[in-house]
Amino acid sequence: MTHSRVVVLGPQRLQPTLSDAVASLGLRGRLAAVTAGWEEREAEDQELSAHLSGRTVNLALYERADGVFRYDTELHQATRARQDRIRRSQELYRVRLSHQLEAARELLRRETRPGYEGLVPPQVEGAISGLRALDDEHVQRIRSIHVEFEQRWKPFERESVALQRRELEATLADCAGLCIAGGNVGILLNRLRMFGVLDLLRGQPIFAWSAGAMVLTERIVLFHDFPPQGAGDPEVLEAGLGAVSGLVALPHADKRLALGDAARVSLFARRFAPDLCAALPARTRLDWHELRWSGESGARKLCADGSLAQVGA
Amino acid sequence: MSLLGDLAAKSHIGPADIDAFLRSHRFPLVEGRTVTFVFVGAADEVRLRHWIAGLPPSQIFTRFHDSPMWTLSIDIPEGSRVEYKLEIVRGTHHQLIQDPLNEELARDPYGANSVVFGAGYARPDWVGHDTEARLGEIQEQKLESAAFGDTRDVLVYVPARFRTTRRYPLLVVHDGPDYLKFASLRTVLDNLIHRLEVQPMVVALTGSPNRLVEYANDERHARFLVDELLPMMESRYPLLPQPAARGLMGASFGGVASLATAWRRPGVFGNLLLQSGSFVFTDIGPNDRGPVFDPVVRFMSEFRARPGRPADSAYVSCGTYEALIYYNRSIVPLLQSTGMHVRFTESRDGHNWENWRDRLREGLTTLFPGQLMMVYE
Repeated sequence: MTHSRVVVLGPQRLQPTLSDAVASLGLRGRLAAVTAGWEEREAEDQELSAHLSGRTVNLALYERADGVFRYDTELHQATRARQDRIRRSQELYRVRLSHQLEAARELLRRETRPGYEGLVPPQVEGAISGLRALDDEHVQRIRSIHVEFEQRWKPFERESVALQRRELEATLADCAGLCIAGGNVGILLNRLRMFGVLDLLRGQPIFAWSAGAMVLTERIVLFHDFPPQGAGDPEVLEAGLGAVSGLVALPHADKRLALGDAARVSLFARRFAPDLCAALPARTRLDWHELRWSGESGARKLCADGSLAQVGA
Repeated sequence: MSLLGDLAAKSHIGPADIDAFLRSHRFPLVEGRTVTFVFVGAADEVRLRHWIAGLPPSQIFTRFHDSPMWTLSIDIPEGSRVEYKLEIVRGTHHQLIQDPLNEELARDPYGANSVVFGAGYARPDWVGHDTEARLGEIQEQKLESAAFGDTRDVLVYVPARFRTTRRYPLLVVHDGPDYLKFASLRTVLDNLIHRLEVQPMVVALTGSPNRLVEYANDERHARFLVDELLPMMESRYPLLPQPAARGLMGASFGGVASLATAWRRPGVFGNLLLQSGSFVFTDIGPNDRGPVFDPVVRFMSEFRARPGRPADSAYVSCGTYEALIYYNRSIVPLLQSTGMHVRFTESRDGHNWENWRDRLREGLTTLFPGQLMMVYE
């Protein structure tokens, strides 16, 4: 089930806008912060805290998870085994994905070739359908690994996790909102999921940016068009936490995506349609409220025709 | 018609025409594959001195229409970088100088050369300072070496946001101070780590007071790296213990030192980054490069006969304008035959530090790829 109020922001490191966003909702009091995506630097949240005038309470999910794993070695081993299976599934998915993506790109290259008039579009449609089916299949496969894990190990019922959840619930009850920073999207997702943090909220709004925004979506898409090695194929990691609907969050898209390459933009937008594929550079804001999206400043969406358009246009 | 041809087509060429020509162009003139070098001044002869294997090392300029301007046009393929000097001959006096009309210089331990960029060459955007990149730090360590019987200085690069609670890969770099000075290694590491293209890593930058001996398969050097440097680094820095998280890197004789150490002590360093390695061998007859190469040739003979499996992965690069290209091309299938994963890159460049600088991104991202797809800050 989606969350009632989520504010998605652009990256915060160089041009922070979080305090303005918090103020715009008229929130008073403390704000819970998740910086688990920063991994071993989780506690180094001084800049974030200062930006919010010292109002933050870091939920320390990375540290809590470490403590759980030290105490509950059985759960630790089971979690590692699950992650190994997920990693291998991702590798296998990539094998199929790279070929299907290259086929789609090759077809798009032939769209304007003389003699192929009218023949290419249905082939492109078929290729994109194949990609969407592959992405869906991958999400389902990873989901089934999680379901199997949860049914077998019942993490929320284990004392090691339940104790932390009770503490988190008490902390969150005293906070006016939850801020989720970026970092390693996989680590962040796993820590939020491990403690079921979103289920512990009582309707407070969520502010999220970069990887923090990505984990709130229904489907996490990894992307980089300019890697030093390889083709830079966008790939689905797995289902996100589903706090918002219909969004593919693309932080740093201005640096990580070839937004001037109409064919790449088009293929991306069509593959993930009807979701809003939103480029989220610094100072961007997108609001999820009453089950719909609105863009306040700067957010642009990738369009099927290869162009970019203002969100809401 | 070429720019020089346009000038030559004038019915009369006076000093003002030459001055205007010099003011209105950048030199050397790069017109497609044709590069024209220009010198203006008193001389009996002007020569281009370069280090492109396969071309005559000294090429003679011609005087342009009885003017004080001398020119030489040669074919430089696209994407090339060519370092050079001008040799000015006046009577019996020969003087090697940097090109007065070209501000582009490439520095090395012997000074600086002029450098011309062929059409299409672009200085990588990751070799200059990036204002957004967090900066790593260079620390100084000293190491008492029983292997060499002296004290060695080791510079250590630690990445930005270094934390003792985390474990890092280790890269050991031969001629490390030169890599810092002439190949911008510190800036390159800062940038590539900032871009998430390579893992945050600790880099031990070693040097040698006698590199032509110590880097030429000297048993003491392998002992120094494996039995002295590595334990010292592990005792002072939080390092990942697996060979896959360790690498050796070097250029020229430093490449030989890297390979020879891995060959002598396999299973310690999992990755080799070998740039323009001096992997000289002979199939018949003596080595023609002088006695300094004798130990290298002996090593290569042994290595070719019994390569073992020195590491798991290697990135090998060499310039096509180097005389060493033959040896580097030859070593790739040999390394592959050991079961190693090998990536080989050729560049249109010579045996110089900026060639090695320009290949660092590909080498480091091959051996120590960062979490580019997983991290969104």
